[in-house]
Amino acid sequence: MGDALFCYVLRLADDHLILGHRLSEWCGHAPMLEEDLALPNIALDLIGQARALYTHAGVIEGRGRDEDQLAYLRREDEYRNLLLLELENGDFARTMLRLYLFAAFMELFWERMLASKDETLAAIAAKAIKETRYHVRHSAEWVIRLGDGTPQSARRLQAALEELKPYCAELFHSDAIDREVASAGAGVDPAALRQDWEAEIAAVFRESLLEEKGIGDGHQTGGRLGRHTEAMGFLLAELQYMQRTYPGMQW
Amino acid sequence: MAENETPLWEVFIRPRNGLSHKHCGSIHAADEVMAVQAARDVYTRRGEGQSIWVVRSADIIASDPKDKDELFEPTAEKIYRHPSFYKIPDEVGHM
Repeated sequence: MGDALFCYVLRLADDHLILGHRLSEWCGHAPMLEEDLALPNIALDLIGQARALYTHAGVIEGRGRDEDQLAYLRREDEYRNLLLLELENGDFARTMLRLYLFAAFMELFWERMLASKDETLAAIAAKAIKETRYHVRHSAEWVIRLGDGTPQSARRLQAALEELKPYCAELFHSDAIDREVASAGAGVDPAALRQDWEAEIAAVFRESLLEEKGIGDGHQTGGRLGRHTEAMGFLLAELQYMQRTYPGMQW
Repeated sequence: MAENETPLWEVFIRPRNGLSHKHCGSIHAADEVMAVQAARDVYTRRGEGQSIWVVRSADIIASDPKDKDELFEPTAEKIYRHPSFYKIPDEVGHM
């Protein structure tokens, strides 16, 4: 159980670190001041959740690795995040749509994780669920306004959906690790969330006039096993730069 | 984003129960839902708020600066309106 739980928590931590890093790239570049604060706010929520998860993973592993070692000092193929989250931000529509797709998934995930027999995971869920509900709310309102906005915003949002759609099925990736942790009552099997997620997404997509057939039928997977897209190496080069250049640096 | 698509809103935050909402700044947003979210993201990042009001800046009726002589000047000499002419009994102490 220890090995499976470590891997399970590490996957979750990587998801939050990588999307948090992507959102942080908007700092100073967002299309309006309000979003220049909103996106880094959300990035900081995600990175905060990642910190708690990495620390917990390090304790489960029991080899003395702390959050920094897990976050900054692994090879690319040791990261287990969803491919969806490492893709480049693209434009504002793609950024918001990706955030919405993931946050809607995590809201369902954390709600069930509140009942985890792992007390630390239950406590992380209790804190994260409030933050995640806001992420859903904020991104969903944007998705609706972009989809039902100007011809340009609608076209860009639809294009973003076509680009992201192949990566959505991986949200529900479920293997022996997920099943072992779920059957021990410590975690949630992502596969069990698919129906609820699709229903949630469909409601927002209707309002945003998005064409969304087959959103959960994508074919791009591999992140959970450490096989990444081209974007990942570039992301890690920036993310890891300081710790690689000045090992053990603190500030 | 174009000004006409994201008009200006004034933001009022109530820091605690029992206090009143206080004007703290303004934001741009497309509509009232986004305005409340933007106000939250811009003005409550350090635990400043328990409640947010937003109102379209265009809906605020303001006094005209040109009128300030007739509106405000006449009060300057009416010092008796300040409650500073009462004798306070010693037993009361500081007020």
